[in-house]
Amino acid sequence: MNIKPIHEIEKEIIEDFALFDSWEDKYEYIIDMGKKLPVLEDEHKLDENKIKGCQSTVWLVASYNDGRVFFKADSDAIIVKGLISMLIKVLSGHTPTEIIDARLDFIREIGMMTHLAQTRSNGLLSMIKQMKNYAIAFQAINSQKTDHK
Amino acid sequence: MAILDLRQQFPILNRMVKGKPLVYFDNAATSQKPQVVIDALTHYYTHYNANIHRGIHTLAEEATMAYEATRRTAQEFIGAVSEEEIIFTRGTTEGINLVAYTWGRQNIGTGDEIIISGMEHHSNIVPWQILCEEKGAVLKVIPVDDNGELVMDTYKALLNSKTKLVSVVHVSNSLGTVNPIKEIIEAAHQVGAKVLIDGAQSAVHLDINVHEMDCDFFAFSGHKVYGPTGVGVLYGKKELLESMPVFQGGGEMIKEVTFEKTTYNDLPYKYEAGTPNIADTIALKAALDFIKETGKATIRAHEEELLAYATAQFQAIPGLKIIGNAKEKVSLISFIIKGVHPQDVGVLLDNQGIAVRTGHHCTQPLMTRFGIPGTIRASFALYNQKEEIDALITGLHKTIKMLS
Repeated sequence: MNIKPIHEIEKEIIEDFALFDSWEDKYEYIIDMGKKLPVLEDEHKLDENKIKGCQSTVWLVASYNDGRVFFKADSDAIIVKGLISMLIKVLSGHTPTEIIDARLDFIREIGMMTHLAQTRSNGLLSMIKQMKNYAIAFQAINSQKTDHK
Repeated sequence: MAILDLRQQFPILNRMVKGKPLVYFDNAATSQKPQVVIDALTHYYTHYNANIHRGIHTLAEEATMAYEATRRTAQEFIGAVSEEEIIFTRGTTEGINLVAYTWGRQNIGTGDEIIISGMEHHSNIVPWQILCEEKGAVLKVIPVDDNGELVMDTYKALLNSKTKLVSVVHVSNSLGTVNPIKEIIEAAHQVGAKVLIDGAQSAVHLDINVHEMDCDFFAFSGHKVYGPTGVGVLYGKKELLESMPVFQGGGEMIKEVTFEKTTYNDLPYKYEAGTPNIADTIALKAALDFIKETGKATIRAHEEELLAYATAQFQAIPGLKIIGNAKEKVSLISFIIKGVHPQDVGVLLDNQGIAVRTGHHCTQPLMTRFGIPGTIRASFALYNQKEEIDALITGLHKTIKMLS
């Protein structure tokens, strides 16, 4: 289980990227992250899990277990997939509150903000919102349960 | 060489992108602007900015004269018979919408048919869908073959007495195909249908003569002909423009207003409500003059050379497939690479200073026709050079290597 705080995982990624001195190295790393992202089973590739960008598509599923949120995702474009892979590494396995509060500054720090700015083309920003929405929903379920106790 | 001189007139081409010299191959989306166009904009705001047509002071007179001078230049540029047939719009999209909302609402009824083609930009699909839905009319589509050409036999079979309008693209923005519009127009007129030609991509490459072509409407955008954004031209045959209802109401388009009744202004002002985009319209003249002085034949010869050079180089790249192999094409290549998403190619090329377009190019039905989510598109303009195509080829090899 993921126990490192979110900001520490972000810091590790930023440190990793600081070692790269060319854009090629950065993107090769991201592409590699994309390739290593665990396969999202076809049964999850439903319209309801789809975040459609203008050019590429993202699929996102979330589950809630023992007070922690777990994400699985996929994309048809490998660079987006690599960025997704990093987001999952940072957020998956944390509590709803931690996910809601995550600032995700690492995206800017590693120089990948342009991919978020391309909101219409890749659905990445919508995916981050969706991850937070899941966290909000799970938090609500959680507090309902607590109320009933 | 002449092209090198021309290139120097486009200041933006000197800039660096991500530390590399810019290679701009997204000309079908928008072309870069020569210094004369930039100067025309600055000059207007620096010296004679004023609202046009109504003012009686010197600035208003100068601005009005410059604005109307563009109309005459645009008229010559597309071979219209009269200045009154030139309506300034925001661009091609607004031109098409203007026809849909005025001529369309007046002339399309239940059961009537509108024909478009399978390679239309969304701008030449959606306005007609809206109109068909409103009027209970039917939208028919000319199919596209594997080479990216229109199936003309099917087109002719679609035509009948219910066909009221044929609205087709002159040059495909996704494939580069030059459509046989003379044949399309003639056949449509035989059944009494009107024809609108979407000239967004053709106006910059081909010689346009709307009178010879005999189309009823022709729309193009300023920003794709080396001019500013936010201004375009809609041509319409005078008798049609006269009989059509007005588009938007407001200032400029009226003759007299009382609370009981308003009488409308004459052509072309009838369709130009409100203060128009004066600065960009004035600067459009500089762009059209620039093309005229350069000569479309010179431009075309250079672009054809680039197209042939690039096509040969592209065909040698393993796994690369060109989408759109029409016999007649403008200088634009759409392609896909096996096992690679177009968006990834676009991102990696951008990091090498190369601007291409990726995606569906606002022609989703066409992409569906070819069974692909999108393509990578490199489109060339008069200022592009073979060295830049070499840079693209090197960039593509590197990109493919990184992605595989």
